[in-house]
Parts: sequence; structure tokens; C-alpha cells
Amino acid sequence: MSTENLALAKAINLGLQKALADDDRVLLMGEDIGPLGGVFRVTEGLHAEFGGSRVLDTPLAESGIVGTAIGLAMRGFRPVCEIQFDGFIFPGFDQITSQLAKLTSRHEGAMRFPVVIRVPYGGHIGAVEHHQESPEAYFAHTAGLRVLSPATPQDGYSMIQQAIKSDDPVMFFEPKSRYWQKGEVDRDAEPVPMHASRVVRTGTEVTVVGHGAMVSTLLQAAAIAADEGTSIEVIDLRSLSPIDYDPIVESVRKTGRLVVAQEAPGNVSVGSEIAATIAERAFYSLEAPVLRVSGFDAPFPPAKLESAYLPDADRVLEAVDRALAY
Amino acid sequence: MSTTEATIQLLSPEGTIVRNAANEPYLPLIDQLSDQQLQDFHRHMVVIRRFDIEAGNLQRQGQLALWIPSLGQEGAQVGSAFGARDHDHIFPAYREHAVARIRGVDPMRIIEMLRGISHGGWDPAERGNFHLYTLVIGSQTLHATGYAMGLGLEGRIGTGDPNSDTAVMVYFGDGASSQGDVSEAMVFAASYQTPQVFFLQNNHWAISVPVERQSRTPLYLRGTGFGIPSFQIDGNDVLASYAVTRHSMDAARAGEGPRFIEALTYRMGAHTTSDDPTKYRENDELTYWSERDPVARYEAYLRARGADEAFFADVATEAEDLAADTRKRTLEIVDPPASKIFDHVYSDDHPLMREQKAWLERYEASFGGEA
Repeated sequence: MSTENLALAKAINLGLQKALADDDRVLLMGEDIGPLGGVFRVTEGLHAEFGGSRVLDTPLAESGIVGTAIGLAMRGFRPVCEIQFDGFIFPGFDQITSQLAKLTSRHEGAMRFPVVIRVPYGGHIGAVEHHQESPEAYFAHTAGLRVLSPATPQDGYSMIQQAIKSDDPVMFFEPKSRYWQKGEVDRDAEPVPMHASRVVRTGTEVTVVGHGAMVSTLLQAAAIAADEGTSIEVIDLRSLSPIDYDPIVESVRKTGRLVVAQEAPGNVSVGSEIAATIAERAFYSLEAPVLRVSGFDAPFPPAKLESAYLPDADRVLEAVDRALAY
Repeated sequence: MSTTEATIQLLSPEGTIVRNAANEPYLPLIDQLSDQQLQDFHRHMVVIRRFDIEAGNLQRQGQLALWIPSLGQEGAQVGSAFGARDHDHIFPAYREHAVARIRGVDPMRIIEMLRGISHGGWDPAERGNFHLYTLVIGSQTLHATGYAMGLGLEGRIGTGDPNSDTAVMVYFGDGASSQGDVSEAMVFAASYQTPQVFFLQNNHWAISVPVERQSRTPLYLRGTGFGIPSFQIDGNDVLASYAVTRHSMDAARAGEGPRFIEALTYRMGAHTTSDDPTKYRENDELTYWSERDPVARYEAYLRARGADEAFFADVATEAEDLAADTRKRTLEIVDPPASKIFDHVYSDDHPLMREQKAWLERYEASFGGEA
């Protein structure tokens, strides 16, 4: 068993390479994913290795990408679509939510739709409008989809392969601000179950939960808090649909306090759902209301304002302080 | 009204074969048809028309939530259905009842959908590769194109092996022609040179909106603009529908890329049982199209060829039998159990489905069987 120090983008690339090598029904499709390797280079080298009939540069049309992926899945392929940026997913929204998500049920199980839709998402990259958004709640709200977001290179490597092996459609949200963050990857490690949430730092006084890019921010906040004498437990959600609540409930029974953090706007968000569910399942363990730390309920601002818009470790710690003050 | 110089018509409204230079590629395909095959076209048009009327009656009597009439479009549908081979794949919109039945879908499956006990639910692999109806207008064109891309990737075109080479046909309408998905489907089809036929039934009305609102050019020219060889046919001519579809599907299967057919037809009834066409269109239009009825025209043709009364009586009996059987079976339909809500949302275990299904069972049981 050996580990490699890899960036998230490279880990996902290796996961895609393994999936392409293991199963010749796996296809990659999207805009600029061929010789260029994608605008974030996540598919770099795969066109050269597997050819243009496994790694398809498509016309520039998101609904077309998802809609034809559905037809390819009907033919027995396992398409992996890349949506170039989070804010460009909406031209494909109908095909994802009204078609892909419902087709297994419409067929009463007679057909399966193993389609993965990869979406680089989130802010912190200083980009123009539509390039920094966090639209995951729309898809977590939609029955028939599974929604994942890896936070680490190890999860990027293993979860993309699990998503491709799933017989259901999977929305795979990749935290693009962490694409270049490195971590240890053991390609032979037994993968954690696809939908499991996970305690990534133990603590005793406050539980903080997040996904994707926010997990690093939570770990940073926990380190600062530890210096100040406060013990924070950090949970990486990993899966947004379904959400694995058991580790959260268990943690809250211990700490009595929960802060949920996300880049996405907080109104009717994944964080809202966790707050409601923990209130139902762990009411008598709570010493304070569940607090949310989110992007604001305003359109993602011009890039020079993104640090005011996006929650950072200080905003997380502000909520932690409020929870502790109850 | 909307035929053009380009419109392909093999059978005149009076029921005689039109032999001219433009029809030369297609006439041999008609000449090859046996009497039995020619009679089957008529049988299917008449039988589905009777079924369609019965289903409309069942809706009026409260047995169906909705019905989607196909009256007037039988020629376009039956002809094109026979233009495909058994192993080809068919992606319908939601009015192709004749095509469904020809491909082996029990029409009761459509009745069940419109009664409200399923969203379709048949397995295309067991039903002549006839896929489910799609209600979001035009969405299915992309599914068909993706399927056809898959056939291309597998090399199931242009080998010359009739048992392997496969094509796809997708139905849509004049309203759908305005949808972005339809344009995207044509972009992908042209780009990847997919083995497929876009079959547009221009029935002239998208609910209450006339085709002139969708397009100022004949719709078959849309296909041409995407680089897809395109044809306009008299859609109330079952022979033209058959021959041009057959010709186009053969080309697609041979690896020559996609084809586009605009079939000029007319929706004689309402869009569905929920609208009243007298509110938005004139009687003279109905009269014009009544004189071009696909069934009457074809009956005249068959009679001139010598089909006897016994044949027409036999077809009428089959139509009445299907109508009676449809009525009987509709009245026997039992609602599915509420647990069906949760089945097949995912292909395997999902905690929300498991928890909510169990909750609903407990809740219903709490009424002691009197809910």
C-alpha cells in the first residue's frame, strides 16, 4: 500500500482514467474535454489515451450534452458529462430534472440511467459572472438524483469511480477552488461508502458540518478555535443526496451544538435541510439552535466582492461563538 | 393550404397513384408491397381511429383524466411506422397511438397512463423498441439522437448486414420545432452523422397556436439549415409516409447520416380533451382537410385495386372489437397500491424512499383498514 501526494484535479483525472480502462461502456462527453483536457484540465491526457470515441468533444449545448447522454445510457453506455462551469448547468436543467431524474421511475425500473454529471462549482477563483456559483440544492431537491461532492483528493479518486458504477444518475460537484490542493491518495484503499458522511476532526464542544471546498475552511476554523481553547468536531458531508445523518446526530449528542456551513445561499439550502432534520432527530441533545453560515441570498457578486460574500473561517467562528453563548 | 412544390405525394386525394419524375425514387417501394401489406396499412388506420374515438368517449364519461386524439394523423403515423424495421428504435412524442400499436405496445398501456395509474412504464425492449411517450415538448429528440450516437459508436451502421445495421426514428410536432432541444438534437445529429430520421408531424396547431407562429418558412427547411437532407411529404398520404420514411431509414442505417421528414397533416380534433378548437380555428380549414382524409383516400385506392367488401367488413369488425375490449378493460382497471410512489425512483436502496414508504404504510395501517 503506497500513497501519492496528488492535487484533487489529478486525483479525479486518475479516477476517470481507471473507469475508462475498466469498462469500455464508459464515455466522457463535454465541451473542450478532448485535446485541451477541459478548462480545468481534469480530463487531460484521456483523449490521447482513449481516443475521440471514448472522450467526446461535444457541440456547445448543455441540454444537448445531457439529453444525448440519456439516449446513450438507453443504449447501454455509462456517460460521464462535464458541465464546464456551475452557472452553465441551467440550459441542461430540464434534461436533468424532468428527464434524467425521472426516467427510471417512468420506466418502472425497466431501464437504468447510469449518467454522471460532473460540475466544477463554487467561488474563490476570482472569475466572472456564472463561474463561481453553488447550485447543488436544486439537484439535492430533485428525486431520482444522487448528489455527491468530494472534498479531498482521496475522495475525488474513489468517489468519481463509485458515481460511474452507480446505476442511478449522479450529480458530481467538484470544488474547483480545491482542484490544486494536494492530499494523500492511496489508489488501493478500500473506498468509504459513497453516501457516508465522515468525521474528519474530532472535538467536543461544537459540531460543524460542510461539504466540498467548505471542509478545508472548517478545518482551518477548528485549528484556530483549538488555539483559543475551543474544541470543534468537523464533519465532511461528502453526499448531499441522500445525506448520511447518523454521524451528525451522534456528534450533536456529544457536543450539543451544530453549525452548518456552505458557500451556497442559505435560504432553502442543503444547510436548511440539515438544520431541520437535526432539530427533529436530536432535539433533546441541542443546547443551542442549529446555526447556518452561508453565502448571502443575493446573486454571486463581482469577483472583488467574493471574499465578503463567501463564508470564511472567521464567519464560521462567529457562528460557533453564538452557539456557545446560548 | 401549406403544401409546396416540394411536397411529395404518391396518392392523390382522389385515391390514384401519382406517377411523376419526382416520385420515381419512391414508387418502386410501393410496387414491392404485397396486397396483404397494402391492406395492413388500411387496417391499422381504421382500427386506431376507432380506438381513438372510444378513448375520447371514455374520457368524457369520466374514466380517463385526459385523452390525446390522433384523428386525422393516421396516414402519417401508420405509413412511417411501417417504414422502420423491427429492430429499429422509435422515440414518440405522445400522440403516436398507431405507431405504438404497430410496434407491439398494448394500447391499454396508453389508456392506463391517461387514466393516471402510470407514467408509461413499459419496457421498450419488450415492446418493439417503442420508447415511452415524452410530455415535455421536444425532449425526446435528444434522447433519440443520443441513442443513435451510441449505434454509431458501436459500428451498427453501414455494414450492409440487415440484422445489425440499425436506425432510430423520432416523432415530434410543429410546436416542438420551436424548442431549443430540437435544434440541439439536429446539431448533434448532423455533427456525429447519426443514423436517425426526424419525423415531424406538422398538424398545423400547437394547442391553439397556428404553425405560422412557430415558423415563417416551411419546417422541412429547418433540417436543411442544419445540413440534414430534408423532405416534405403529404402526411395524409400513407404511401408517401411509408415510402419516404423507408427510404430515409434505409439511408440512415446505411451510414449516410440523419434525415428529416416534415409530414403535412392536420389534427382534426382538439389538442387534448381539455381544449375546444372552435375557440381558435375556422370551419373552412376543417372542411379543407376533411376532403384530404387519409383513410377515405386510401380506401378509394384499395377499392380501385379490387379489395372486396369482406375485407372492409373484417376491418370494421376488428375495430369494433378493439373498442369494446378497450372499454371493458378500462372499466376493470384497479388503482395501484400507494407504495408504487416509492418504487423505482432509484435503482437500489435510498434512505428517504425506505423511510417514507414505511411511514406511509404505518399511517395507512393506523386507520385499521378504513382509510
